[in-house]
Parts: sequence; C-alpha cells; structure tokens
Amino acid sequence: MGQTLVSRQAPLASNRTQLETLARPGSWPRFDERVARAGLLPLEATGIEIFQINVGKFCNQTCRHCHVDAGPERTEQMTRETAELCIRALVRTDIPTVDITGGAPELNANFRWLVQEARALGRHVMDRCNLSVLLVKPQERLAEFLAEQRVEIIASLPYFRPAQADAQRGEGVFEKSVEALRRLNALGYGIEGSGLTLNLVHNPVGAFLPPAQKSIEALFRHELAHSHGITFNNLYTITNMPISRFLEFLLASGNFEGYMERLANAFNPAAARAVMCRNTISVGWDGTLYDCDFNQMLDLPVTAGVPRHIRDFDAASLGRRAIVTANHCYGCTAGAGSSCGGAVA
Amino acid sequence: MDTYYHPHDLGKFADMGKGNADLWDKFMAYYGAVFAEGALTAREKALIALGVSHAVQCPYCIDAYTQASLQQGSNIEEMTEVAHVACAIRGGASLVHGVQMRNVAEKLSM
Repeated sequence: MGQTLVSRQAPLASNRTQLETLARPGSWPRFDERVARAGLLPLEATGIEIFQINVGKFCNQTCRHCHVDAGPERTEQMTRETAELCIRALVRTDIPTVDITGGAPELNANFRWLVQEARALGRHVMDRCNLSVLLVKPQERLAEFLAEQRVEIIASLPYFRPAQADAQRGEGVFEKSVEALRRLNALGYGIEGSGLTLNLVHNPVGAFLPPAQKSIEALFRHELAHSHGITFNNLYTITNMPISRFLEFLLASGNFEGYMERLANAFNPAAARAVMCRNTISVGWDGTLYDCDFNQMLDLPVTAGVPRHIRDFDAASLGRRAIVTANHCYGCTAGAGSSCGGAVA
Repeated sequence: MDTYYHPHDLGKFADMGKGNADLWDKFMAYYGAVFAEGALTAREKALIALGVSHAVQCPYCIDAYTQASLQQGSNIEEMTEVAHVACAIRGGASLVHGVQMRNVAEKLSM
C-alpha cells in the first residue's frame, strides 16, 4: 500500500470531503465574507502573467504535506497532445512566464519537450523541482538540460537540518537534496553572475505560519553555506495549504481548528490584493483550467462562462475572470501572504 | 473550575484592557515595540521569551512562544537548549544561595 490518500483510500482522497471539512463552521468567517469585509470583492484576475502547467501527480517522493497527494503510485500524467495544446495557447499570447509543476514534473515524458518549446517561444521557464529527482537514475543529465535551457529552478527545501526536512519529505531526502544542490551549484546555479537562478522554497514543518521571508532567507543562507558550502539566489516562504495530506495531518493531530484560526486571524488585505491567482492561470494534467494549483487539487475549475479547457484557451476572457474561492484561500492571504513566488505583501 | 489554567484563556488576554484600557494600551504598545526586529532579530527575541517563559513557568507564555519560535524558523534542538538555559539559571540561582548558607553556617560554627 502506498502513502497517498488515494492509494490508502483515505476519506480525504475525496475532494468533496475536503471541501466539506474546509466549510465546517468555526470561529473564523467564510473566506468570501472576510474578503467582502475588506472591500476586495469582486476578486478578479488582472491579466495572465504566469502560465502554470501541472503535468501530473507522479512523484518519486511522498511528502507528508503534499497538496497534490502526489506519489510513485499516482498515474495521472499530461499527454503529448495536451502539452501541445499548452504550447499552442502560449503561441497566441505574450504571457512571459511558464511555471512547470507536478508531482515531480521532470518525470513526465513530455517535460523536456515542453521546456524546449516554451524556451523556443522566448518564455521564461520555471521548474518546481523536488531536488532528489535530479539523482534518479534515468534523469542523470537532467540538471545539465535545465542549465542548457536556462530554466529557473524553484527547489523545495523546507529546512536546513535533516531531522525537520526528512520529517516532512521522507527519510534521507535532506541528504539527497544537499547532493542535488551541490550538483546545481557546480553547474553555476545559484552562483552570482551565472544567470542560472536557483531559488529555494521553505514551508513550515508543522501547523504554523512561515517566518518573515528575508529573516529565514538569511538563516538558510548562513546555515547552508556554513554546513554544506551551498549557495542560492532567493528563498521563498510558502504557507502550507489546509488541503490534501496536510489537511489530513491537521485533522489527525488535532490542529485543524487552531490552524484555520491562525490563518484567518492573520488575514492581510494587502496579501489578498496581491494574491497569485489574479495573474496566473493553472493548467491541469488533463487540460482543465484552474485559478491556481490548490483549486486544481480541490477540483474547482475556473468560473463558469470562461473557457475551462486549454483547447479553448482565451487569454482575454480568462485574464479578467472572477476568482473561485473557498476557505483554503486563507492560506494565501495570511500574514505576508503566500504564492508560488513566496510572500506577496 | 477544575483547574486555574485553561488554554483558551490565552485568547482572553485582551480582556485585561476592560478594567483599564489606558494601561492595557500602553502595555501592548510597549510589548509590540519590545518584540519588533531591532538589534536582536524577531527569532532571537522569541527564543529569549521562550526561555523566560520556562523560568517564570507561565504555561500561556510557553504555548505562545513555542509557536512563535517555530514560526520564526527555530527548531526543536534550539528550543530544547533554551529550556536548559532557563533550567541552568534557575538551578544556578538556587545553588549560588548556598554561598549564603555557607556564610551563615561558618559564622555559627566552631
């Protein structure tokens, strides 16, 4: 038996159960009510600057907090046909950034093709990398490929010590991550002046909010350089979203109410104004369009009345769509806010 | 009331402003200024507060500053050492009074 919710047939494998759990009445107001009280309705897109593609749920790791419920036993993978539809949509727009995620996106058979095509269109490409994938046998030259294509790497590393990192990402993952970071540094990633960007992602190893981005970045920079000789460009803080496996952890550990309360109490209108879904479109492995990767995992597609599949992509109407929200959205609006690019406020 | 301490009472801390809003506001303004980033980082201040919380044995403070320390990026190894620092100072404070005991004993003894 695997460790994903789906393979364990856990109740939260059902998106409806997750949404019902999130909608439970608590001491916090509903997210849409809180947004209305802050005078931010209607929450609408302000254009599309980031074209995020989730190429599937297959991953070589099974992290305890994963919002995708990804793992080695997941089979959902974007086909070449859907990948081609993504490129076709990009050709018709001038969206500057393509953000590729998963699962471990690099393990999708079409990953390299997608990167090459997007780069050929002159788009900036970001790869959300779990680091250990760079050591997976058939992927040996993956780091070199990413460097050749000048892909920005956004690498997950929740903490600079093995105990905490492994508690979240699995036994031995920290050591592999350090090895992968060394390889990336050797290629020039994270080295000033190389033009190869290596950004790290820190997310809390537990039911609490992330620290101020700049302060934890300084701590990571010192600790990784001092203990492992590793350098990087920036560190992004990302709040754990109360969905999927992290939601399971919250419920099992008795932290759900406390965490939701913490998120809601830290609601920041400035973070809500700058929330990433407003300038992002998220494409699922089967081509369905979402406001963000989190809505994607909850099976909440973009609002009715705008194209809902990549084959019908229309940047103009999607770029001014109303955003679909639920209580998990508190995760992106707490404190300094949270996005795939870290804090927003 | 089966116990004097209830975790949810921490959320009622602001009720202390109901008796004297002026003093409460002054305290909170001071409190906020103390914990703002300064010559010490917010992370360092949270760890110090955690140590003091153990020394004064305040369960509310231990709860709050355990959360704050984690949220500021500290880890359980650092926080355990903080508890030992509090323990060492409290223990040392008792032990150093042994000098007073010895002074008295020496004066009285032949």
